[in-house]
Amino acid sequence: MIWSQWLFDLPLALVLLWLAWRLLTSTELFKAVVLFIAFGLLMALAWVRLQAVDIALAEAAIGAGVTGALFLSALKRINSDQQKDDKGQADVKGRNV
Amino acid sequence: MRPFSAKLIIILLLVVLAGFLAWAILSLPFDCTALRTQVFANLGNSGVSNPVTAVLLNFRGYDTLLEIVVLFLAALGAWSLGTVQLPDPLHPAGLFLLALLRILLPAMVLTAGYLLWAGAHAPGGAFQAGAVLGSACILLLLTEVRFASAIVRWPLRTALSAGILVFTGVALGSMALGGRLLEYPPHWAGVLILVIEIAATLSIGVTLMVLFIGGRLSEADGTLSVKSTGQRKDKQ
Repeated sequence: MIWSQWLFDLPLALVLLWLAWRLLTSTELFKAVVLFIAFGLLMALAWVRLQAVDIALAEAAIGAGVTGALFLSALKRINSDQQKDDKGQADVKGRNV
Repeated sequence: MRPFSAKLIIILLLVVLAGFLAWAILSLPFDCTALRTQVFANLGNSGVSNPVTAVLLNFRGYDTLLEIVVLFLAALGAWSLGTVQLPDPLHPAGLFLLALLRILLPAMVLTAGYLLWAGAHAPGGAFQAGAVLGSACILLLLTEVRFASAIVRWPLRTALSAGILVFTGVALGSMALGGRLLEYPPHWAGVLILVIEIAATLSIGVTLMVLFIGGRLSEADGTLSVKSTGQRKDKQ
């Protein structure tokens, strides 16, 4: 492989591994979800480098977009449930920002 | 010392697994061209000119049919979790967000249509277009709850099942015309693939929206009720 390709691919692979490590070991869930979205976008780049553009499109749309939105929605429900337990009310919809 | 030794065992197992995966990948031949030559040899008969779409929707169309069934079952699974009420946003969508959505949503629908059409000759296809459409629906859900009250029972269910129905109809129709299952007549292959992809795009977009909602929308007297402070309000 041409060394100039390695100049881009090797940092991309290392950043992917580092992002995965950071999001798995982060203590705040919101930070982990944001890192997951960033990971999905870099993964789409990796698919493009592997010459699988269809998968890259699907990864960017579903992996980063829809799954990120799903995680944020689940996070909101977790926090609202915790606030419901704490306060004993039935309608607090907290946003975790 | 017990947690430390357990962690050590797990780390060792993971290193063994990573080594095995690395060996498996590095021992693959660098140039696997056997399947590629076969795909390109038959690309002319498949009705499309993108090899990925030809494999997905013609050569291995049965797999795609089963994938769409799996998505449908996932939507049913989300529905079986119970009813959910779409929450009131903490503050209603601001002016800037609504203006942005007015520009963004038609562009997203257009992008989905373009990805669908371009799937025949370039990277794209039904799943990518469906994902963009699903994202547009999710964006709309996040900002305008009034949109949700327009989701009555039958349009939503028709959109959810359109993918399966059209795909199965084409499959059975090809059998009725004398071929085997999913054996498109060669002249009609391109048209049939486009029709299947349109239905699948709609289905996938609505499935992603249903998965985001995460349950059945509770309905009262046909209109959607959104619980805000313990009172039920009917929204038009």
